Amino acid sequence: MGIIQKSQIKSPWILHFCNSSCNGCDIEVLACLTPLYDVERFGLVNMGNPKHADVLVVTGPVNYRTARVLKNLYNQIPDPKMVIAVGACASTGGVFHNCYNILGGVDKVIPVDVYVPGCAARPEAIIDGVVLALQKLSKAVGVAK
Amino acid sequence: MSDQVLNQVLIAIIAVVVAPFIGGFLAGIDRKLTARLQGRYGPPILQPFYDFFKLLGKSKIATSRTQFIWLISYLVFMIACLVFLVLQQDLLLLVFLLGFAGISFVLAGFSTKSPYSHFGANRELLQILSYEPILLLFALAVYAENGSFMISSIMENSTPLLVSLWPVFIAVLVALTIKMRKSPFDISTSHHGHQELVKGIMTEISGPYYALVTLTEWYELVLVLGLIALFWSNPLWVGILIALAAFILELLIDNINARVTGGLMVRICWAAALVLCVLNILYIYFMRGVA
Repeated sequence: MGIIQKSQIKSPWILHFCNSSCNGCDIEVLACLTPLYDVERFGLVNMGNPKHADVLVVTGPVNYRTARVLKNLYNQIPDPKMVIAVGACASTGGVFHNCYNILGGVDKVIPVDVYVPGCAARPEAIIDGVVLALQKLSKAVGVAK
Repeated sequence: MSDQVLNQVLIAIIAVVVAPFIGGFLAGIDRKLTARLQGRYGPPILQPFYDFFKLLGKSKIATSRTQFIWLISYLVFMIACLVFLVLQQDLLLLVFLLGFAGISFVLAGFSTKSPYSHFGANRELLQILSYEPILLLFALAVYAENGSFMISSIMENSTPLLVSLWPVFIAVLVALTIKMRKSPFDISTSHHGHQELVKGIMTEISGPYYALVTLTEWYELVLVLGLIALFWSNPLWVGILIALAAFILELLIDNINARVTGGLMVRICWAAALVLCVLNILYIYFMRGVA
């Protein structure tokens, strides 16, 4: 339980990726960064670059076009990394689940650690999801109590 | 004689060890104050240290090996500058070393294939083009005032530099904005989470390499604030207070300004450098000629 492991759960930088979402969840993700919720008090920073990110926050169902992009982004994030599927569509495909162009939830393409329910997911639920992801990460790196 | 050498080595080692802690702490205050100014609660003061150690623990994804060499040289030259400052060596040489440190960072940006990184490196060059004349003219102004480039001569001078060099002080504040990567001059990369051009020059720098750049920026912050403290070096604590006040002022400027274009930044900086610094230096020589 070194200082690096302790720091890893205190500074999750997120990368926000929108698959083929209706933008409802995207707005809620960005709402987390506003003064009302201010996730930066937990050290969260919204990064525009996968190479700096720790947590991949994905919204919307995966279609054939975005599957390749999503895989690419996931591979560009250095380890250790976490994936959070935000909203019903990202978790299972949601209302789009039987569409001809939709593969399904994010877990069809990359491993997902935390599923956040809701349509659209509320900011409180998203923050809860990030906290859950950090607990999982702390178990993985061995600092959990 | 050897006692003196040992003493100087000791001072240099203490400065190199302590500077990152001061820099990181100031960066923490920066993030907290910025958050408060934006109506948010903000991260804990120690957040930059958490970020630093987290980045050290990330896996290495290097897109270019040369990049690492340039980042190391960026760090080493920055430390050399700081050692020059604390040992009260030549100010002109310090400015040249700082220039080479900046160029190393630019080359790190150019050593990858990413177009965003190249954009950022080009913009970093514009920034260097903006602040280098100011620092160079600052050194020349010190020479005009004291008759020596040595920082020790500034420390011995009983009248503070700020009295005769206040126009240069204003110009150096402009350079501080660029060095701290604050709005309106944060065009190559910014400390704020989100910005256009992905992350500018930092785009391809990730994991432990990012931590290396963070460390260098802490040294840089301490170094530039140290240069500002030189404006009131007798007693030094007044100078340090002035430097801290300048730091807080930069945070305020950062939060009330939008980013300007590169061309406008160069014009503003050259106006500050050429008009304020050159007039200041000419005035000093003119008054000396009269007397």
